[in-house]
Amino acid sequence: MSLIVAEKLVKTYSSGDLEVKAIRGVDFVIEPASFVSFIGPSGSGKSTLLNMIGCLDPPTEGQLKVVGQDVTGLSRQDAARFRGEHIGFVFQDFNLIPVLTVFENVEYPLQMVQSWPKDERMKRVQEMLDAVGMGDQGHKYPSQISGGQKQRVAVARALVTNAKLVLADEPTANLDRETATMVIELMKKMRDEFKTTFVFSTHDPRIVDNVEITFELEDGILKRHEMAKGGAHG
Amino acid sequence: MGNIFKLAARNLMRYKRRTMLTSMLITLGVVAVLLFVSISGSFKSLMIGQITDSMLGHIQIHKKGYLASIDSLPLNRNLTEQQVKKVIEALAGEPDVEAYSMRIRLGAMFSNFTETTNVRLNAVVPKDEEATAPLLPNRIIEGEKDGLLNPGEILIPELIAKGMKVKVGDGIVLVANNKDGSVNGQTFMVRGILEGISGPGGRDGMIHIEDAKSLLRINGVEVSEIAIRLNDIDRLDSVFASLQNKLGGLKNQQGQPVFEIHTWESISPFFNIAEMIDLMTFFIKIMLVAIVLVSIMNVMIMAVFERINEIGTISAIGTLPGKILGLFVVEGFLMGVLGTALGTVISLVTIAIMNVTQISFDFGRQTGLLLSPTIGVADVVTIVAIVIAIAVLASLQPAWKASKMDPITALKHV
Ligand SMILES: Nc1ncnc2c1ncn2[C@@H]1O[C@H](COP(=O)(O)OP(=O)(O)OP(=O)(O)O)[C@@H](O)[C@H]1O
Ligand SMILES: [Mg+2]
Repeated sequence: MSLIVAEKLVKTYSSGDLEVKAIRGVDFVIEPASFVSFIGPSGSGKSTLLNMIGCLDPPTEGQLKVVGQDVTGLSRQDAARFRGEHIGFVFQDFNLIPVLTVFENVEYPLQMVQSWPKDERMKRVQEMLDAVGMGDQGHKYPSQISGGQKQRVAVARALVTNAKLVLADEPTANLDRETATMVIELMKKMRDEFKTTFVFSTHDPRIVDNVEITFELEDGILKRHEMAKGGAHG
Repeated sequence: MGNIFKLAARNLMRYKRRTMLTSMLITLGVVAVLLFVSISGSFKSLMIGQITDSMLGHIQIHKKGYLASIDSLPLNRNLTEQQVKKVIEALAGEPDVEAYSMRIRLGAMFSNFTETTNVRLNAVVPKDEEATAPLLPNRIIEGEKDGLLNPGEILIPELIAKGMKVKVGDGIVLVANNKDGSVNGQTFMVRGILEGISGPGGRDGMIHIEDAKSLLRINGVEVSEIAIRLNDIDRLDSVFASLQNKLGGLKNQQGQPVFEIHTWESISPFFNIAEMIDLMTFFIKIMLVAIVLVSIMNVMIMAVFERINEIGTISAIGTLPGKILGLFVVEGFLMGVLGTALGTVISLVTIAIMNVTQISFDFGRQTGLLLSPTIGVADVVTIVAIVIAIAVLASLQPAWKASKMDPITALKHV
């Protein structure tokens, strides 16, 4: 079963009389455990598309299935529940909660979104911190670690709930070249280890070089669909 | 739930100074209100006690129309034997009545054998009067307090003692008109000097009721005023209602009501002061509510604004709106609790200190009254509950806004 199926997806923003067609009918399919990026010039609709996949913004028209579920008509509450259960997010600005330690940041989804029992929670968080190479930094606060480290913690937070899908809108935009490469490699490793699907939107050629599937958007329309190392679909 | 409290507490600690300032404002408000309630409350009950216990009693019964013409101390508006009997019957059925005193009030000429002046007198049965107005002996500033007075003795008001240059032990003459207009005189020995107090009857002299009867040539029973003391002033309303029910409806042959019944509140002008104190307490409470409302709301609006990005983040990763609401409400709640807890402790300690140091004050012509402020558990609980409820209420609107935020817009916010 495909992880994400989009058919004739349209997103129109209207503010007053003005209508902006951000996505003008796109079709695509993303299989489980893929490493995918959406590229394209600024304003081409990458973030809009990711927001729709992430159930942060409902499509105006078309069909969208995520993890086998139709997400087009979800209420706010149901969308939040769906995100908490199935989707991990990695943000451009890391977006860790400053008053929580690294450990508590990764623990947050297990405690405040899902309700894991304490023992399992502790074990799982430590496991994830170890997996992203932050196992000994759990006690630190976000302000005490570097940008690259923050993004690792964010990756751990996105994966901690066993989400099958992680969405990352420009995750390397605020990182230097070396750190960016390390973060991308980490994500790829995570994909291999946990069979999680990663979907990016990016300008960053380093990501583009590393992903296996690239969708190119232009003006809200899918221009090109490219596979680097022979993915499982066509 | 525990994690919501943890997160809220951490966020409060993030802006320590702001949290402290807001809590301190609440603390200050709570202290002000608790101290005011406590001090004004004890001042009020002390004042009421002074008024009722040294003169008025808690309830008074007269013949209908007596109080309206009290300035002339009319003898033709006294209660008759029959009527007095009715009152005694009614009082016997009131378990909350501790004591009552029958008084004849009269005006007389007061002569020290060289000069003459007018004097207003209260004629009493000393034992009953002492039971009804237990602070009365304290007003005897010169002379023997014990036993109040005997037949043939008079307690004269301070002003007359000064004006007429009369001392304890001197002989004087009282001359009075009875209600038929005939005049009678009688000699008295000055037993003591009575301190004047403000309020009705506060500058009257006092003689024994038997002397008044012989002076006025009254045969049988005649009473101008029946003053009643209750064992608990909080029962005032219920006893008053019951007496009103038993006596207020009685009519004479002409169909006119026989009795008039008054509580001390309608007789003494000090009741207005007591009411003013209550009103002030009410306004101070309103001010406290306003302080809490404005300060918490202000801080919470700021907190939400500063954290828009964080709200976007936690919302995106699946935190339900209800939890986001809870997070901010709990923050306001904690601030309220912090401020109130501190305020309550400070107030209680201050009240305890005031009791230990024995603050005295003067009221009217009484000096050196000891203020012993107390505060009831109910008062403390009410005020604490109000403040915390207002703190929650004040954070509700900002918290609601936070919970309704669209995650995309919130995440874009810089
Ligand atoms: N909330 C909105 N209201 C109106 N128009 C919007 C809104 N969000 C996006 N748009 C418009 O939709 C189009 C696509 O925007 P989007 O943010 O998806 O582009 P993007 O490819 O992510 O660009 P960038 O690379 O700059 O991030 C743009 O024309 C943008 O102005
Ligand atoms: Mg974008």
